This record gives sequence, C-alpha cells and structure tokens, in this order.
Amino acid sequence: MVGFKFPESIKSRPVYGTLFVKPGVDHLIIADGEGAEAIIRLAKLNNQWIEKSHIIYIPKHTKTTFVDQLKELMPGQLYLGPSYPASVSRIRQALNNAKMGLQVYLAGTEGLIGQAQNECMSSGVPHTAIQTEHCGSIARRMQCVHCKGITEDVIMDPFICKHCGLSLFIRDHYSRRLAAFQGVCIDAEDPGNIPEAVELYK
Amino acid sequence: MIGSTKINVIVSQIKVLNDLVTCFEFKTTNGDLLPTFSGGAHTIVEMQDGVVLRLNPYSIMSDPFDQTRYTISVRRDDQGRGGSLFMHTKVKVGDEMVISYPVNLFSLDLRARKHLFIAGGIGITPFLAQIKQLERSNGYWELHYSTRRPALGTFVEELLEKYPHKVSPYYDEADQRIELTSLLSGQPLGTHIYICGPKGMIDWVRQEATDFGWPDEAIHFEEFLAPIPGKPFQAKLEISDKVINVGELQSLLEAVELAGVKAPYLCRGGACGQCETSVIEYDGKFIHRDHWLTDDEKASGLKIMPCVSRFEGKKLVLDR
Repeated sequence: MVGFKFPESIKSRPVYGTLFVKPGVDHLIIADGEGAEAIIRLAKLNNQWIEKSHIIYIPKHTKTTFVDQLKELMPGQLYLGPSYPASVSRIRQALNNAKMGLQVYLAGTEGLIGQAQNECMSSGVPHTAIQTEHCGSIARRMQCVHCKGITEDVIMDPFICKHCGLSLFIRDHYSRRLAAFQGVCIDAEDPGNIPEAVELYK
Repeated sequence: MIGSTKINVIVSQIKVLNDLVTCFEFKTTNGDLLPTFSGGAHTIVEMQDGVVLRLNPYSIMSDPFDQTRYTISVRRDDQGRGGSLFMHTKVKVGDEMVISYPVNLFSLDLRARKHLFIAGGIGITPFLAQIKQLERSNGYWELHYSTRRPALGTFVEELLEKYPHKVSPYYDEADQRIELTSLLSGQPLGTHIYICGPKGMIDWVRQEATDFGWPDEAIHFEEFLAPIPGKPFQAKLEISDKVINVGELQSLLEAVELAGVKAPYLCRGGACGQCETSVIEYDGKFIHRDHWLTDDEKASGLKIMPCVSRFEGKKLVLDR
C-alpha cells in the first residue's frame, strides 16, 4: 500500500508519518476506512502489541472490507463505529481510563486524524507524541472562516459551505484546535466570479 | 546574551538548615520590588572572592509571587571549586551582592494534568517554588523526595506538615528507595514528571519513564553542573586576538571573562546553550561535560561549551 504523498506546503499544514510500534503499557488505535491497512501491517510485525491494543475503527465507505481481517488479529478490544461522531464517547472513555505509558496510533483520513488528535491533546497527550499515518481519501474537513460551520469530506475546490452557502476556496492553513482546514470566500471582491471546481491535487 | 540583567541585593537573612545546607535570603538594596518569576527559575549569584569572581546558578525556592525577597539554598561542597564555601564562610547578613534576573530552564508545563516531582537531596529547591506556584491555582502535584538521612531531608518536615498526602520522603540510610515501577505505571494520562537531583537519579528516572512509554515531552529534568577542576591549559581567542591561560580551578568561560572578553552565558551549568563557542583549530582532546551539544557535535571537535567543558592538549583556537 502506498499512501498519497502530499506536496510540501506551509508550516501549518499537518504532515503524517508511517506508524511503528513504540514501547508502552497500552496501545490505543483509532482508524477509519483504509486506515485498517496500516493496523494490519503493524500487527503482522508485532503480535504482542496487538494483544494490548484497543482498536476503535470506523469503516466508512469500506464497510466490511477490512472488518474480518481486523477481528482475526485478535486485538485486546475492537470497537466498530458507524461514524466518527458516534465513536467520540468511546474515544473519550478510553482516554479517561488510560494511564501514562499509553501509545496512540491514528490512521486514515485527515478528518479522523485531526479530530482524534484533538481528543488526545485535551486528555493531556502531547500532539508531538501521537503517531499518525494518512490512508485513503484525501478529502478534507473544512471550516468556513465566515460562518464557522464545518463541512466534512470536501474534495472539490472551491466548494459551497454547507451552512452559509458561500463559495469557499480550500487553504492549507490548518487549525489543530478545530481539527479543520480553513475555507475562505472566493468571490468576496467580485461577487459571482467563481472558478469551476476541480478535485484536490488534480 | 551576556548573562541577564543584574540586580543589586542585600543579604537579609541567613539560616543554617543542617550540616551541609544554608539558606540565604536577598532583598533589593534600594527597596524596589524584585521581578516575579516562575517556579523552577534560577538566579546567578556573583561572588567576589578576592581577585576571583565566581558566578554560580542557584534555583530560587521562595514564593514566585513574593516580590519582596528571593531565597536560595546552598549546599556546601568541600571538594568543589570554592563557590559554596564562599557562601557558607564569607557571606554575612547585610552584605551587598549582585544577582541576575531569574531565568527559567526548568519550568512547569501547565498543560499537564498532574505534576509528579522526583527530588534528590538539594535538588528539592526548584520544586519548593513550583509547589508554591501550583498551590495558588489548586494544582495537582505529588512529590517523592529522596535524601541520605532524615537530618539532611532539609525541607521534609515542613513539607510533610503542610502537605501530608502529597509528599513521600525516602532515606537512603534506611534503605528506602522510590518504587519507580509502581509509581510510573499508575499515573493518569497527561501526567508530567520533573526530576532534579544527582545525575544517577536523573538518568535512572528518565530511562524508566521512557521504557514505560512516557513521551519525552512529559519528562523534564534539571541538573546544574559545576565546572570541575582539571589540568591547566592554554587557549587562543581568535577574534579578540588574546592568548589565555585556564587555571586548574577555573572554567574556560571564567578565564575568557578574566581576560576582559565579553562572552555570552546564561546558566553557567552546561544546560542552556548560550555560551556555545566554535572551535577554529585544535590539537588535543576535549573534555565535554555539558547537556547541550549532541554526541555528534561533541565528537566533531567544532564546538565547546566553555562554562563546564575543558580541553587537554597542545593547541586550542576559539572563535571568540
């Protein structure tokens, strides 16, 4: 599996690595979609690690594709969530019960990684100590800088804000606090002059 | 930066705490308030010992919000170069001295959910200020304090009286040892650990915490190194065009300063990185003792930290 290689950008833009097993007392793995492939790869390298792991997995469009393979890994705990918002209480509970020595692994889309990282940070895990690996869709979680509404899984640029209806262009300017990229009105100075939408990185 | 701003103070109180440790209180000579500081900060005390000017760092242990006084504790080191002996034997109440503005290289990470302090011996001092700081905001902390014997556990009684449920003392002579394994494995997520004490203790706790999977960002430590005596050597300062002789009891930085050359410094204990100096040419071997340069930099022969490191050999030319 070869992940998408994001071109170099401004400092604010998150960069992702490749997961590896770190020594730890417990391991919390949060993934969505194709992120399952990263977990399966790691588990094959280290089966002791997987026994001490709690996997929170949101299949999204991959549905059942990876579910049986994840079950076969025999992780300590495996939770399948129908969506990220539905899984948040599970993530919070896992973090609340965790002790120092917990290692966190995040794999999947930028929206999943950003939001899960945010939960970990508010539980006191330094963001630099959280491992991440981008897998699957390159769609982004966008915040409209005007109405502050969040639009998930944005792939076309510019796009229409789900909340206020403005046409927004996608910036690499990212907020770790909001776990979202910033979308800025594209026709503010020349209303109606909106270029045709193109897919990100195409 | 050549040190930080200076403050003229008067020694307002001296309290002998035990055989080894004496406590000094400073107030400003002109009655002005001292700057506030954050727990963990140190001040550099200037000691005019005959012709020798000694500049030693000491953690400030008084309340960070009390601007009327700073208090430090000095442990007598009979084998040392004389700074602590000077403080113990020469300094009297009413003496005028010069100290630096506080500098903090060991501050609390206020994002922490809990602060876990591990102190050894005189390493307790920065924690005394940090505890006072945290108590004001109802902070969550715990102290494990190890000393040789009860009489040397200078601050134990006072701490135990004030915070009986937060302080655990350990005495080496009674074979008591911090139960690090159980301590590290039971800490809530978001705990930060702070270690101050002898090098062996710092290394031990850092290693254990790392093995347990604690992130580096949550492990803080401070160890001030005093310059150690060594063989005298000569160095050439290229920019100033001067040749200096570094005496047995002198540090390279002190010799540079004595020659009238202004060199940057901040902690004078091998920790802050301010005095980093480039080496232009050398023939001999470096005795690196700082915590600043990486192992690669130390091996390269291109850098030296003159506050604590020395040199043995035929030739040393510095970019200063």
